[in-house]
Amino acid sequence: MAAAGARWNHVWVGTETGILKGVNLQRKQAANFTAAGQPRREEAVSALCWGAGGETQILMGCADRTVRRFSTEEGRFQGQRHCPGGEGTFRGLAQVDGTLITCVDSGILRVWRDNDKETSSDPLLELRVGPGVCRMRQDPAHPHVVATGGKENALKVWDLQGSEEPVFRAKNVRNDWLDLRVPIWDQDIQFLPESQKLVTCTGYHQVRVYDPASPQRRPVLEATYGEYPLTAMTLTPGGNSVIVGNTHGQLAEIDLRQGRLLGCLKGLAGSVRGLQCHPSKPLLASCGLDRILRVHRIRNPRGLEHKVYLKSQLNCLLVSGRDNWEDEPQEPQEPSQLSSEDTEADELWASLEAAAKRKLPDLERTSGAFQTRRRKKKRPGSTSP
Amino acid sequence: MEKAGGSRKKGLKRKRAAEEPQEAAVVEDGATDSGGQAPKATAFPPGFSISEIKNKQRRHLMFTRWKQQQRKEKLATKKKLKKEREALGDKAPPKPIPKTIDNQRVYDETTVDPNDEEVAYDEATDEFASYFNRQTSPKILITTSDRPHGRTVRLCEQLSTVIPNSHVYYRRGLALKRIIPQCISRDFTDLIVINEDRKTPNGLILSHLPNGPTAHFKMSSVRLRKEIKRKGKDPTEHVPEIILNNFTTRLGHSIGRMFASLFPHNPQFIGRQVATFHNQRDYIFFRFHRYIFRSEKKVGIQELGPRFTLKLRSLQKGTFDSKYGEYEWVHKPREMDTNRRKFHL
Repeated sequence: MAAAGARWNHVWVGTETGILKGVNLQRKQAANFTAAGQPRREEAVSALCWGAGGETQILMGCADRTVRRFSTEEGRFQGQRHCPGGEGTFRGLAQVDGTLITCVDSGILRVWRDNDKETSSDPLLELRVGPGVCRMRQDPAHPHVVATGGKENALKVWDLQGSEEPVFRAKNVRNDWLDLRVPIWDQDIQFLPESQKLVTCTGYHQVRVYDPASPQRRPVLEATYGEYPLTAMTLTPGGNSVIVGNTHGQLAEIDLRQGRLLGCLKGLAGSVRGLQCHPSKPLLASCGLDRILRVHRIRNPRGLEHKVYLKSQLNCLLVSGRDNWEDEPQEPQEPSQLSSEDTEADELWASLEAAAKRKLPDLERTSGAFQTRRRKKKRPGSTSP
Repeated sequence: MEKAGGSRKKGLKRKRAAEEPQEAAVVEDGATDSGGQAPKATAFPPGFSISEIKNKQRRHLMFTRWKQQQRKEKLATKKKLKKEREALGDKAPPKPIPKTIDNQRVYDETTVDPNDEEVAYDEATDEFASYFNRQTSPKILITTSDRPHGRTVRLCEQLSTVIPNSHVYYRRGLALKRIIPQCISRDFTDLIVINEDRKTPNGLILSHLPNGPTAHFKMSSVRLRKEIKRKGKDPTEHVPEIILNNFTTRLGHSIGRMFASLFPHNPQFIGRQVATFHNQRDYIFFRFHRYIFRSEKKVGIQELGPRFTLKLRSLQKGTFDSKYGEYEWVHKPREMDTNRRKFHL
């Protein structure tokens, strides 16, 4: 039952006990999925990302250096892959063109061929990014471009198809007013859409915008928030602001045009570990060490929508980017004999009876999920402040 | 004098009683029954409240009269109810339970269900697992903030008699972050720091050592041994039993386990000593008693040892690092204290 309904889950959360939880906010249910049937702390989830083929697969990076594949259609784990090399947990996970990109704490970034065999083959590409990596993020617009940053490890943008040297290497800001070197601790990185800019949030409570297109390698904009390290960051639909969370559970929305604080969100009691906004709706999902998943509405009006207690400490989350959060077909699930694309098309046609006008939804879905998301963003009504 | 005053008041009352309906008649045209009225029976038009009287003295008088009347009515209903109960005897319905803040407590969704496997696994593999699996036994370091005064020093000494296998060290202005690696290398399992402000202890930091959580408490109502009335003789070296009361939520469980891991596993019942951590309304009361069973059902207790009250301010994952550490729970007064019936422990 839980497995059949897995595709309708709105948010997927990875925990410290190795359980992947699928939360359905409409039905207010949370389902646990484990690879081995038992929670195991060695398999603590440290990174989550969508797999190939829209949002039907989830790649889960665990603390024992394996990447597990989970199918949302079937609601079970499909395979795993051991990714050795370097030390520490996964700090970034991404997939492009049938290859898997992993980055670990000690700075080894590897690109693996994504086959279903459990035996680990040699990586296709290996890069040394520098020790103390805190985040590796893939550019949604250019999947071969990744950015890395960490503690005393400045922001670097790498092109995996290009040379072994980074495309952009950020420079530290000038010495402060006491002429002391400002320490670097990039905790989270995001690529801004429709430009080459990047935003980072640091452990010294700064939010910085870098522009590789400009001649200066120093940050173009710097804003500070609070007194505690910022641990997670996400872009809002609309692209003009970011929401950051710190170790005290404070969430703030910061405008990137002026660098000022737009507002805060209340409710969290523990350190924020994962933040993600829905691509078009003004909804923000946040999870943290206080074991509760919260979904806030960011505007009109700003406040808490859903709160779900999930009994383990939550490490990372993924928000389903689909539009029809409310519509759920009441008829029983079709068996998974049909291919996933056909079922997707059928569901789309069924739910698009009265909804927006879209020709050829099948091609649009498979060609570029991110492009459709951007088009949705530009629709009137979703970008109103 | 009083009589005159009383009669004057009564006179005033009668005048007022006569005046009110007239005023009301002036104000509202449709007022009837105001002319042929006995002075004491006043019929106010509907919708008139005492707060609309503009004169403060008259308003106050009317209010006190109304209050007296309410009190009389309440007493009358009580008496009636009591008579009815006595009349019914055994068939009387059970007395209704008075509402208290404790029994009106808002249900906390994080309350731990004893049959829950996920929470059981989480607890079985958390940082206290090595204590609860009997792999380590506690060794505590007690210290204070820098330059402690008499009360704090005495509290530390008394605490070290209460907690077995604990050592008090003078804090010579050393940074906690430097003390902690040294403690770990010397096999200490817990660190207690008693913070002092203006010569009284007011805070407690409890850090579980290898890499365990750090809890920061506000401490109040500290009573040293000589301030406790009817106290017994000093505690002996026996390992006390522990009582942890009312730690129901997940956070409460973590804190409860933290307290439990301060004491060695096997209590020596010969010593008849017990340390109690009682949580009520998010305040944790610490008491140390010696008990004796006088008969099957009667117990006598003597309070020994210091007593204090703790309130949790934050629980931080990892050893003490207030600036860069990640917090599992932080008390936020403006967000969490808005409801008087909601508690977190």
